[in-house]
Amino acid sequence: MLTVQNLSVSFTQYDTGLTQKQLTVITDLDLHVNAREVVAVVGSSGSGKSLLAHAVLGILPHNAQISGTILFKGEPLTRQRQASLRGKAIALIPQSISYLDPLMPVGRQVHQAARRAGVATTDIRQRVDHTFSRYELASTVKQQYPFQVSGGMARRVLVATAAVGQADLIIADEPTPGLHPDLVAETLNHLRQLASAGKGVILITHDLEAALQVADKVAVFYAGTTLEIAIAEDFVNGNLRHPYTQALWRSLPQNEFIPVPGAQPNPDALPDGCLFSDRCPLVTDACLTERPSLRLVRGAPVRCIHAEG
Amino acid sequence: MKLSMPAIANPRSRLQGFSLNNRRSRTLLLIALCLVVLGVLLLGTYLIGQAGLDIALSSRNQPPSFAHPFGTDWLGRDMFSRTLHGLSLSLWIGLLTASVSAVIALAIGTLSATLGGKVDAAITWLIDVALSLPHLVLIILVAFAAGGGVRGLLLAIIITHWMSLARLLRAEVLQLKSSDYVQLSSKLGRSPLWIARHHLLPHLLPQFLVGLILLFPHAILHEAGLTFLGLGLPPEIPAIGIILSESMRYLSAGYWWLAVLPGVVLLMAVQAFDILGQSVRALLDPKTSQG
Amino acid sequence: MLKGEQLSFRYSPHHSWVLQDFNIQIAPSEIVGLLGPSGFGKTTVGKLLAGYLAPTSGSVTVEGQPLPTRGSCPVQLVFQHPELAMNPRWRIRQVLAEGQSPAPELLQALSIDSSWLSRWTHELSGGELQRIAVARSLNAHTRYLIADEMTAMLDANTQALIWQAVLDYVRQHEIGMLVISHEAPLLKRVCDRIIHIE
Repeated sequence: MLTVQNLSVSFTQYDTGLTQKQLTVITDLDLHVNAREVVAVVGSSGSGKSLLAHAVLGILPHNAQISGTILFKGEPLTRQRQASLRGKAIALIPQSISYLDPLMPVGRQVHQAARRAGVATTDIRQRVDHTFSRYELASTVKQQYPFQVSGGMARRVLVATAAVGQADLIIADEPTPGLHPDLVAETLNHLRQLASAGKGVILITHDLEAALQVADKVAVFYAGTTLEIAIAEDFVNGNLRHPYTQALWRSLPQNEFIPVPGAQPNPDALPDGCLFSDRCPLVTDACLTERPSLRLVRGAPVRCIHAEG
Repeated sequence: MKLSMPAIANPRSRLQGFSLNNRRSRTLLLIALCLVVLGVLLLGTYLIGQAGLDIALSSRNQPPSFAHPFGTDWLGRDMFSRTLHGLSLSLWIGLLTASVSAVIALAIGTLSATLGGKVDAAITWLIDVALSLPHLVLIILVAFAAGGGVRGLLLAIIITHWMSLARLLRAEVLQLKSSDYVQLSSKLGRSPLWIARHHLLPHLLPQFLVGLILLFPHAILHEAGLTFLGLGLPPEIPAIGIILSESMRYLSAGYWWLAVLPGVVLLMAVQAFDILGQSVRALLDPKTSQG
Repeated sequence: MLKGEQLSFRYSPHHSWVLQDFNIQIAPSEIVGLLGPSGFGKTTVGKLLAGYLAPTSGSVTVEGQPLPTRGSCPVQLVFQHPELAMNPRWRIRQVLAEGQSPAPELLQALSIDSSWLSRWTHELSGGELQRIAVARSLNAHTRYLIADEMTAMLDANTQALIWQAVLDYVRQHEIGMLVISHEAPLLKRVCDRIIHIE
């Protein structure tokens, strides 16, 4: 459905005065999403998670330069194609309920999303009704404004706006920030259902625990690159390949709660070699000179020369 | 590793990246152009002096030519010199009134936000009422009430131009006061004065500057408008409004240059201020300075 | 002892109560968790205890004294969103200096790189900014620290890193802590006892 290969994104930014500098925020990023699959994209802030979503949707700011390939259904995603697919074949579930229009009843917002997505005018009514009942929203909710519905309902409305148009690829950008565990579980379940209905789902989150509840695969991002695309079971089975993924798992409060010291390298001063080399316990000289390429180890891609089969 | 030198120590390094492909350079160039245009309009009269203002009845009502780019009027005076003189006067009046008005806005806006309570409610009410009245009517009323003439004109423009900026600055201060980082600053032991100096002022000054620049064109246009209507400056002071209103009488005689060319220059000056304000804002606002 | 007694709060008599008759005590070196869903006044408790809000009724005392109205507050609050807790026109160096220059050991424990100091706040990621915010709050005057969803927006590794540094510091300096969170596993890991608000 979606294939991202060797994606790089850099920004031209102004420093003091007139000097400009190049910030490489995404380097050699890879991701692959199939239909019926939830792929979680996990990483810290600044790892390029949201930028990937923006790159796929074609909404990066104009001072960004892109290289690499993004294929959607086997064909390159050009600017024009992105513009025509956005909100139709590719839909976004945004992070915050503040993305809802506060001055419009929620029913009309879902209605509009359906029309934007190209649903035939005669079918829209029925589709909106169907979507509302599917997400257990009473039909009286349609007339209510966003401030009148509860937080949980507003979440469901957000999912409904993305699901109503029958998009093939759904990108959920941090859909569960700081939510109550029940609400997190509910939102994640909706994503799972969308995948079961044949869509491809990308779940972007910093919350590894939430990701593991629902994802088939977990892509671990770090400093703008994909370090590993693990299968969800690999985490519990101790089958992880990259030292950073292992560290991430270890650092959960319900596991050992032990962090790796240090921080992600800054985008204007990336190391020449492996991007994780300055924090890695396994680092050798070879790691410092060349960026490791993505290779298959135990059935999953990993970007580490020390990962063993 | 390179020794890090403070950028100030070497001012040339700041201009090294100058090229027209650089958006920030283009904005700076635009600002410089506007400043040059406005500088010429403001100070041009000092360069050309009183030449061309003398009555020369032998060369009355001449259309534009090389000797008189804007033509001559019904007394044979050079319209180009008159326009420059008139515009310069109008610009100075605009600068004066806009500056005073902006300072009033700063004082009232920040006071309203810091004092809060009844004072704030009263000031907000006053601003709302003043803004809901038709602008020109208000100006004319104040000018009449103040006895007309130069004093009336200045007072009228000063009194009617501070409201929008005051409202903007009040909102900024309110938002800043309730922001996490300002509240945290006081919990870290910083005094209100320190916070005003280090958090509020550096945030307000750019807004104030941009607001001030964008006030100029308003003030100038209203001064010209009021004078055109005969309520502002007396006819013996050759402001641009006087020139325009006198010239209107000659339009029907086919002497189009008397009104059109000074009008175009007035529009250019106003536009220059507008571009200047927008460009300065684009540079100072962190949200747009990167874009 | 940091004490909140009979704390009630509403924004005005026209509003409904956000919090009513809430009692809490935190001893030096004690780490107390406050668990509950959003909308139950957890954040209000934190803001009342740190003096950001004044209780409509009830009192907050530190070692028997009311919170000081001027000077450095012995109760410091770390917010969920560090980018809002810093002046966007400042460099990191200035932000840290506002907290009267924290101890170098603390900066090291938080893995704060010296190259960050000359950067603008928008040049650092959320995880990096939160380390700066934590370092700024833990100055010599701080006796109690309130962490309101301090690491809710951060990845697991950065979360663990910040918590290990904070736990070391508060143990060493006998600082009492209130940890506000909706994440039960985190509270179970770091707290001595947990209060549930329902």
